[in-house]
Amino acid sequence: MPTATVLTMTEVPVLAARGLSKSFGAVRALQDVSLTLHAGEAHALAGENGAGKSTLIKILAGVHRPDAGRLLLDDAPVSFHGPADARDAGIAVIYQEPTLFPDLSIAENIFMGRQPRRTLRRIDRASVHDATAALMRRLGVDLGPDRPARGLSIADQQIVEIAKALSFDARVLIMDEPTAALTGSETARLFAVVEALRAEGAAVLFISHRLEEVFRLCRRVTTLRDGRWIATDEVAALTEDDLVRRMVGRDLDELYPKQDAELGETALSVRRLTREGVFHDVSFDVRRGEIVALAGLVGAGRSEVVQAAFGVDTPDAGEVHVAGRPLRRGSPTAAMDAGVALVPEDRRQRGLVMEMSIERNIGLTGLGSLGSAGLVKRTLERGRAADWAAKLRLKYGRLTDDVGVLSGGNQQKVVLAKWLATEPSVLIVDEPTRGIDVGTKAEVHRLLSELAAGGLAVLMVSSDLPEVLGMADRVLVMHEGRLVAEIPRAEATEESVMTAATGRGAKEAAA
Amino acid sequence: MSATVQKTDPAPAAGDERSARSFVDLVFRARELSIGGALVLLILCTWIANPGFLDDQGVEDLLLNSSILVLLAVGQSVVVITRNIDLSVGSVVGLTAFACGDFVSGTDHSAFVVVLLGIALGTACGLVSGLLVSFGKVPALVVTLGMLYVIQGLDYWWAGGEQINAANLPDDVLSLGTGDVLGIPYLPLITAAVLAGTAYYLRSYTGGRELYAIGSNPEAARLAGIPIRRRVLGAYAFSGAIAGFAGALWLARFGTVVADAANGWELTVVSAVVVGGVAITGGVGSVWGAALGAALLTTIGSALVVLKVSSFWQQAITGVLLLAAITTDRIVQRRTTSALRKRRRP
Repeated sequence: MPTATVLTMTEVPVLAARGLSKSFGAVRALQDVSLTLHAGEAHALAGENGAGKSTLIKILAGVHRPDAGRLLLDDAPVSFHGPADARDAGIAVIYQEPTLFPDLSIAENIFMGRQPRRTLRRIDRASVHDATAALMRRLGVDLGPDRPARGLSIADQQIVEIAKALSFDARVLIMDEPTAALTGSETARLFAVVEALRAEGAAVLFISHRLEEVFRLCRRVTTLRDGRWIATDEVAALTEDDLVRRMVGRDLDELYPKQDAELGETALSVRRLTREGVFHDVSFDVRRGEIVALAGLVGAGRSEVVQAAFGVDTPDAGEVHVAGRPLRRGSPTAAMDAGVALVPEDRRQRGLVMEMSIERNIGLTGLGSLGSAGLVKRTLERGRAADWAAKLRLKYGRLTDDVGVLSGGNQQKVVLAKWLATEPSVLIVDEPTRGIDVGTKAEVHRLLSELAAGGLAVLMVSSDLPEVLGMADRVLVMHEGRLVAEIPRAEATEESVMTAATGRGAKEAAA
Repeated sequence: MSATVQKTDPAPAAGDERSARSFVDLVFRARELSIGGALVLLILCTWIANPGFLDDQGVEDLLLNSSILVLLAVGQSVVVITRNIDLSVGSVVGLTAFACGDFVSGTDHSAFVVVLLGIALGTACGLVSGLLVSFGKVPALVVTLGMLYVIQGLDYWWAGGEQINAANLPDDVLSLGTGDVLGIPYLPLITAAVLAGTAYYLRSYTGGRELYAIGSNPEAARLAGIPIRRRVLGAYAFSGAIAGFAGALWLARFGTVVADAANGWELTVVSAVVVGGVAITGGVGSVWGAALGAALLTTIGSALVVLKVSSFWQQAITGVLLLAAITTDRIVQRRTTSALRKRRRP
């Protein structure tokens, strides 16, 4: 419900960013980005994954310091030396993945670092408790202030984060995909609260991959692509297609070069896989030549399922078959021997040894085949690395350089090379293009498509909806640890996948 | 128990909230209750087997023996709560005990000066460890292990085979170890005061709660704007100060101090803290629990002596308790997580 508040653009913005740049090592996350937020304005920040939205937010939140550019608060230059400075300036940030203290109570989580005090500077526990109860009533949820944060659902954790922002009457509220894990009614409630705050004069910066939310909630939208500012538009003057074109900067066909492939026999078969409290009764097949996407919200249990299938985690029940033969539970070695490869989600932590060279990283998965009697032949190792670097068009200086100096996209190629070198028959990729630039993204997609066409079975976990829709032959959707939908390519739309992912489909069916 | 919440929440879910709360309270208190129960049981059984265990002298010995370990456990808890560890406490006690002894031997300095010197020396050691951990970003285990050997080396070099003799110490210092108020020796009184003060700080002050926050989720603590480095530095300074204080008390209690006094105590202290329910992964536990853990470990030692059981068993029993404590922690944590999950979304 858009309100008729008229804003004049001449008024002083509450918060303005001018020419911000930020690099992490060799990766230029932001280049010369500007943004203005006015009081009473809901402003959307659009861009693909890896476009620099998170970096921009973290600069506004005082977490990162920009390499260049400045921040203006009420037209006066400010510099934040830490998150506390930003908070004291009235900037509240709700991150995509909630950042709570699991061992502390909800009340303590909300007031940590700025507890009300009574005499002798002691914490006024009663008023912390009462204020929290009041906030929960305002948000319309029945979470007890003294309950520890451990075990809260993602939606409830978000509620606590929102309560935190409300508790200090933030002038600027920044929300990074706050609705990603909320159900329909929770989203409606959130929007009502945000709308009330905005009407009271707060500036809201809103990030969402759900374009209809951007169009419903926001007045202006700033688009980033590859770390650069692309445009700031009035939402009213824009169509969804316009916005997507600004975000992607090219036609979707080019970004998702999906080839049709002949489907062969079943390569991977997961039967009733269960890990207590994480996911339940998950069954699906992946055939040769097929790309199957596992979609769902953050925390739905997708990564956990593929990790259990590969044997990194041991499932409590269920079986995994590869080419018809059962796989020993909880053994990645058995999975690798059977021809399964897993490219993990977090390449820095789990995919690569950052301090090791490119060739050694690529060689890691095949140490047994790169020599004899336990010795590794350097020439074989180098040969294999050079081979794969050429196949994946890796951009590098020398193969002996540390992997850490490569850009995110090229690091991802090294991880892919490392696993493709095992010549798998089943390739599991977890968020294969998260945080890499659009050009490399298209290359990774082309590669996956070619591999599938060559008879590889590909299981892809992805939170990137256009990627899911553009690449998958079949979309499996998870919600709160269960497989809730299987959607063939022809019927997969942003709406059908999101409906299933937020659990709305199941609830409507039950009602 | 804390006050009830009747006045605060008229929301429809008040009943559910209260049950969730008492459930959680129970889980967190269960550790302290069970350790306390085990302690009482142990004392009773030993007393029945040998009534001499609880005569006036026996009780006094029990109190005196546990005082210094309990004190050190309080300091260690504060560090462990932040997801760090301080392995240097044993050698800090040794160094300060010897240094204080060397300083007052043959003089008539008051006990107050000695305690002050001990605390100052201990704080200095704690600050070095703390700076390396918080600002130097070196893992706590390595830093404090290094400090353990450095301080021990310093202590041996200083002592050079000599020892401090009670005969040379001023009476005022010795009376700190032997005197009492209404029949209760000074040492346990001092320990109780430090324990109560620390518990109150950890519970009711922003700085104390921030220590828990840091241990519970360091990344979230950073985003919440908590001055992590300063807090961790403070925790080490406190642990060092307590160890220095304990060194001065050690001198007052035993009078005769050799260079390797309190050698190896760091592991006993860490065990006591963990047995008492302070999670080695940080964020959980109380100094009360740690104090009970320390009291339990000391009492086991005394009980074995009274029961004429070989002291080899003491270490084995400590080990078993430690393993049992850590295993229970893991199981309880998993159970509470799933119980809390069910509570919200049945």
